[in-house]
Parts: sequence; structure tokens; C-alpha cells
Amino acid sequence: MKTVEQIKAAIEAAVPGAGVTIVTNPSPSAQHSLLLNPSQAIAVANFLREDEELALDFLSNVTGVDYLDKEVAEKVKVTKQVAKTVDGVEQTIEETVEETRKHLEPGHLEAVYHLFSMRKKHGPVVLRMRTVNRTDKVELPSFTPIWRSAEFQEREIFDLYGIVFAGHPDLRRLLMWPEFKDHPMRKDYVEPDDFEYEPTAHDSVMARAKSHEAAGEQASLSSAEAAR
Amino acid sequence: MAVDKELKIELGKQGVFVTTIEELYNWGRRSSIWPMQFGLACCAIEMIATTMARYDLARFGAEVFRPSPRQADLMIISGTVTKKMAPQVVRLYNQMAEPRYVIAMGACAISGGPFKQGYNVLKGIDRYIPVDVHIPGCPPRPEALLQAFMTLQKKIDGQSLTGENRPRHLNADAPGEFPVPVQGEHDLEPPANHLVWPLPVKQGTGNCVQGSEKQ
Ligand code: SF4
Repeated sequence: MKTVEQIKAAIEAAVPGAGVTIVTNPSPSAQHSLLLNPSQAIAVANFLREDEELALDFLSNVTGVDYLDKEVAEKVKVTKQVAKTVDGVEQTIEETVEETRKHLEPGHLEAVYHLFSMRKKHGPVVLRMRTVNRTDKVELPSFTPIWRSAEFQEREIFDLYGIVFAGHPDLRRLLMWPEFKDHPMRKDYVEPDDFEYEPTAHDSVMARAKSHEAAGEQASLSSAEAAR
Repeated sequence: MAVDKELKIELGKQGVFVTTIEELYNWGRRSSIWPMQFGLACCAIEMIATTMARYDLARFGAEVFRPSPRQADLMIISGTVTKKMAPQVVRLYNQMAEPRYVIAMGACAISGGPFKQGYNVLKGIDRYIPVDVHIPGCPPRPEALLQAFMTLQKKIDGQSLTGENRPRHLNADAPGEFPVPVQGEHDLEPPANHLVWPLPVKQGTGNCVQGSEKQ
């Protein structure tokens, strides 16, 4: 099979302005992936499926990833004007100092697709798409019209991560109920505080168990009163 | 009034059958517990195995599994109760006619089991409906389900028809219908029915144990 570099070149030859980036995988498996530009993704997907040599006719897996906003600290060299006394004379000179700057890298949600070819017996080719952020711009194009097997898996990602797939024929929650508001697989999901007993309670779990104990005493007192 | 056991045997030899209404009534109740045909997860496979020829639950009077809650006496909660399924389970229980019994089968049904910390699994069906017998295991073997069934039969046999500990269907004050939880925006509402599932009470070790005060 073609390497990712060759696939990237083939895509760029077939779809002008495709904007494909290679995301390298440093682990021994070296399964590099192609980061697609969502606006061109449908054209690229069509090409990958129809191309005689690649013939990626089977979508085996779709999954989601959540990347939180993160603070990145980097060292930068800056040139500053500093006042200094050199040889008894006051003057301003330029000096280069190293500074640590912090900036917030916005998080995003990602959908990952694994493609194989049944006809050519090769694969996988890994595609990724990223949303702009994690809150309001969470739309990605749906691949369901191209590979039917994406349907339920995209619904599951919509349910658990909150990525909205534009062009999906039936985008409803798959596992949780329709009234549910959260996305449980997101890293900042706060689960309901709905269990009390913990066999080996410690740290935060211990603190939570203690708060339930207090609530339990209250409730048993009031129920005892009600029984009287 | 109980009949003396020796006397009963002696009379039986003479062709006279002596019993009490209570005994007869309980014998009838415990010998025809028909389970509901209803399975939830992997434990259901084990429940099915229990009903098949090798283990043959029918020997104990669980002759047929009824597909309608109206005709069933026993609900075997065989498997994981997801929060999406929990309201339906409670609704089915409400639709069963008294006398009715519940066996919670497996780690999932009694506590949430391996999925206890998950976001979509109910941490024990006894939060919403009264459970007669809990069986641990993941999954419990068919023998364990038979044991639970026999435990339930013993429990029925031991009940007197009058007094404090009379069965629920003979107690006009006992609740017949249990509130069905609503699927809310973040969790089931309410997260538990505290009339059937009391809040844990302090044990002094930092752990809580469900149920009433222990010394
Ligand atoms: S207790 Fe184990 S076997 Fe039974 S439903 Fe849960 S996971 Fe499956």
C-alpha cells in the first residue's frame, strides 16, 4: 500500500486545496494519520473511496477524542531596552533575555476514522478531523453518505462527545436518553453524585462518602420522626 | 395453629390429611412462581441455562416463563440495569400482579457491579423496587440462581398470613405501585426511592453500609 506521504500527494493532486496534514505517530507501530480540513473532507473521502489504487471501501471504526484547553509555556528570546550604567555613564542598551511566556491553546474535539480496502486487502488508513473548539463550533461533515457504517458510530460520538455531524441522516443520541444534556466521554464531564458505598474509600472518595454519611443521618432521623 | 409433625405423619398413614390454611396457601404460592421472560445482559444467558434441561428450573414450580408481566409472579433482574432501562424495569414491576417477587441476579443488578463508576448504569435495582433475594456473582452460576429460588421459596413458606410480617399483598397499607424514575438532564430523578432504599448510616470507619443501624 502507499505510504501516508504518497496518499497525501495523491489526495492533493486529485483535490486541489485539500489541506491535508500528516500527524505522525512516534510509537513503534508508526501508524501515521492524515488530518483533513473539514471543508474539503467530503471530496477527499470520495476520492479515497473511488480511487482505483486505494479503493478504501470499508470504514471499520470511528471514534472521538477530546483535547482540553491547555496552557503552554514556552521559552522565547526577547530583546529589551534596559537602562544600565556602563563605565559611570547612564545609557540605554538593548539586551536579549529569555522569558517564559504562557498562552492558552484552545482545545478541540476530534473524530478519527479507520479505513480499509476489502478489494485490495490493505489498510488501515487513518483520517482525523478537528473541530474549531469544544463549545460552540463543534460541527464536522458526516461521512455517513460515503460509508454507511459510520451512521451509528457518528451518532455515538455525537452522544458521548458532542460533535455535530453535518449531513448525517439521523443524528440522535444513541446510548443516552434524549433529555440528557451532558457528553459523558468529555474529560470535563461531572458525573452525578449517585453512589454512597465505597469499599476502599480514600481521598476525594472518602470526602464524598463522609458527606453522604451526614445526609444519611439526617434522612434516617427525619424518617424515624415520620414513623413516630 | 400448627399441627404436630409426628401426629400429621401418623394421620397421613391412616389416610387423613391435616393442614392449615396458611400452610396450604403458602404451598400454593411457592410452588407456582412463574418468572417473567425478561433478560437484561450477560446474566440472562445464565438464567436461560438454568431453565434448560440440564438445570431445569421447572422442577421447583417455575414451570413457564411468561412474556407478560400480568401473568408473571417473579421478576429476575438478570443483568445490568442501565439508567435508560431502569424506568421500564420499574414500570414492568408495577404492572405485575401481587403476589410478586424479585430476585436481583448478579453483581450488576445488586450494585452496578463492574460498571458501578460508569455514567449510565444504575447502582443496584433495589434503589427503586423491593428485592427479595440478592445473588452475587458475575455471572452467578445456574446453581446460584436455583439456590436463590429455593431461598425465596423458604421465605414464602416462613410467612404468616396475619401479623406484622404478613406478605405485602395481604397488607392494605403496603404500597402497590412504586414511582417510576424520570430521565432527567443529568441523571435519573430521583436517584433512589428512599422508602425502599434507605440512605446509608454512619459506621464510624468512613464507609457507609446500606440499611438500618448496626452495632
Ligand atoms: S454481573 Fe457480570 S455477568 Fe451479570 S450482567 Fe453484570 S457483567 Fe454481566
